[in-house]
Amino acid sequence: MTGVEWLALGIKVLGAFGLLLLATLLNVWVERKVLADMQNRLGPMRAGPFGVLQTVADGLKLFFKESIMPRKAEVGMYLLAPFLAVVPAFLIFVNIPWGGSFHIGETEVVLQGADLDIGLLFILAMSSIAVYAVVLAGWSSGSKYPLLGGVRATAQAISYEAAIGLSLVSVVLFTATQGDGGTLSLYEIVQRQSGTWADVHPIVGWVPRWNIIPQIAAFVIFLTAAVAETNRAPFDLVEAEQELVGGFHTEYSGMRFAMFFLAEYVNIFSMSALTATLFLGGWLGPTWEGTLPAFISGALPTVWFLIKTYAIFFIFIWIRATLPRLRYDQLMSLGWKRLIPGALGWLVLSGLVLAFRQFGAPWG
Amino acid sequence: MVEAVLFVLMAVAALTGAVTVVLARNPIYSAIGLLGTLFSVAVIYVVHLAHLVAAVQVIVYAGAVLTLFLFVIMLIGVDKSERRIETLPSQRIGVGAIAILLIAGVVAITVFGNFEWVPAAASVIDLDATNGTVAAVAEPMFTDWVLAFEATALLLTIGAAGAVALAHYRRRN
Repeated sequence: MTGVEWLALGIKVLGAFGLLLLATLLNVWVERKVLADMQNRLGPMRAGPFGVLQTVADGLKLFFKESIMPRKAEVGMYLLAPFLAVVPAFLIFVNIPWGGSFHIGETEVVLQGADLDIGLLFILAMSSIAVYAVVLAGWSSGSKYPLLGGVRATAQAISYEAAIGLSLVSVVLFTATQGDGGTLSLYEIVQRQSGTWADVHPIVGWVPRWNIIPQIAAFVIFLTAAVAETNRAPFDLVEAEQELVGGFHTEYSGMRFAMFFLAEYVNIFSMSALTATLFLGGWLGPTWEGTLPAFISGALPTVWFLIKTYAIFFIFIWIRATLPRLRYDQLMSLGWKRLIPGALGWLVLSGLVLAFRQFGAPWG
Repeated sequence: MVEAVLFVLMAVAALTGAVTVVLARNPIYSAIGLLGTLFSVAVIYVVHLAHLVAAVQVIVYAGAVLTLFLFVIMLIGVDKSERRIETLPSQRIGVGAIAILLIAGVVAITVFGNFEWVPAAASVIDLDATNGTVAAVAEPMFTDWVLAFEATALLLTIGAAGAVALAHYRRRN
């Protein structure tokens, strides 16, 4: 590899990693501030301007705290679980394109950690690995509340993973009709959402060609299942404070707890970014190339990406502030009796419509 | 070079996991050993450019099947001590005899038979990067083999429906 290629690789990897860490640092503050606003409180306001350094203070506090380990814990698994939480969380984001491409000399640099041809499947695989962290943490703590949290996490993850997968199938199916053959690469999926709906009707000529419009049901199902998959309220039965003390991380403290905390926020950000990528056109948006200076129009795709991601992130917080926690049987019946049949029905429906448009009516 | 290093690392990890599955006293550790084996084998698939197979292996086996295993193990409870009395009295001797027979058979084939364990590689190795991609697998699956594919899907659906029906039948009685 030449020097420029190494530089491109460095930008990709360090850029994605740095963006993720910085965003997480900010996201914790954003969530506390937005929640406080919605609940008529002030939220963090002492550390730094508007309390923006609160997360740094919290992180430093956790760093210096003693890590307590229960005597009845299974040592190996107890120590492994926090790492199992963090690693898949970071690997999911590696796959998401967070900006357009630009040139350093001859080499084209795509702002994406890695563009895999199995992109979407890789993300599903990593999010299913992430469940092990919660399950093993709950079991290895050697304490009954974490164990209950772990058992709940298993059932919840399996139920909602099916809904996520099924809702993504119809998106992939739709994307396949938008270009030459189907694709699972996230960069390609974003590219195929460029342009507007002008060819459908001139009235909607200004509406961007995002997947959310033809795939609105898939979007709703995916977003619901994504909230459940990241164990956020109202699906936070895994760590329900009123019932299970802290759920799977009851017995964790100090840096080990901080790793679970980090993984949770990285997961929320990745899921928001994934939703924006699949349904809201990712980094696409006007760049005014030529009119604006090159460095501004080069950075604009990343800005669009972040705006869309934070819009979804805001919905995550909004849901948490609005809805009370589901009961366990409600959680299961929502997953198995509404989301999965809904996703299946939507898949059949959009498959039929696409087949009609592609091949014409069978009687015609 | 990278391939060889990865193979050695992942092969050792896969074998360690496999041995753990059999030897671990605690069923949770057995499940984790199986997870390690599945994951290392998936990495070997990736090295051989079979991306789709690797992804499916991790999603289906590591993601869904093993999570269910863990769920069941946790629900039953892992604290129960194992019963050390063997239900089949002479199973160890039986297994040993079968193992010796198998090894003898393998040795006999290798020594006396005209058999190569590793077929000679083609002189030109055609490592086409599009070999194991999703598109390359999907193309024959949905054109030449669509009947077999649909039959397999139907079989799985029947299996799932049958399991649900059996569970409901038992509960009513």
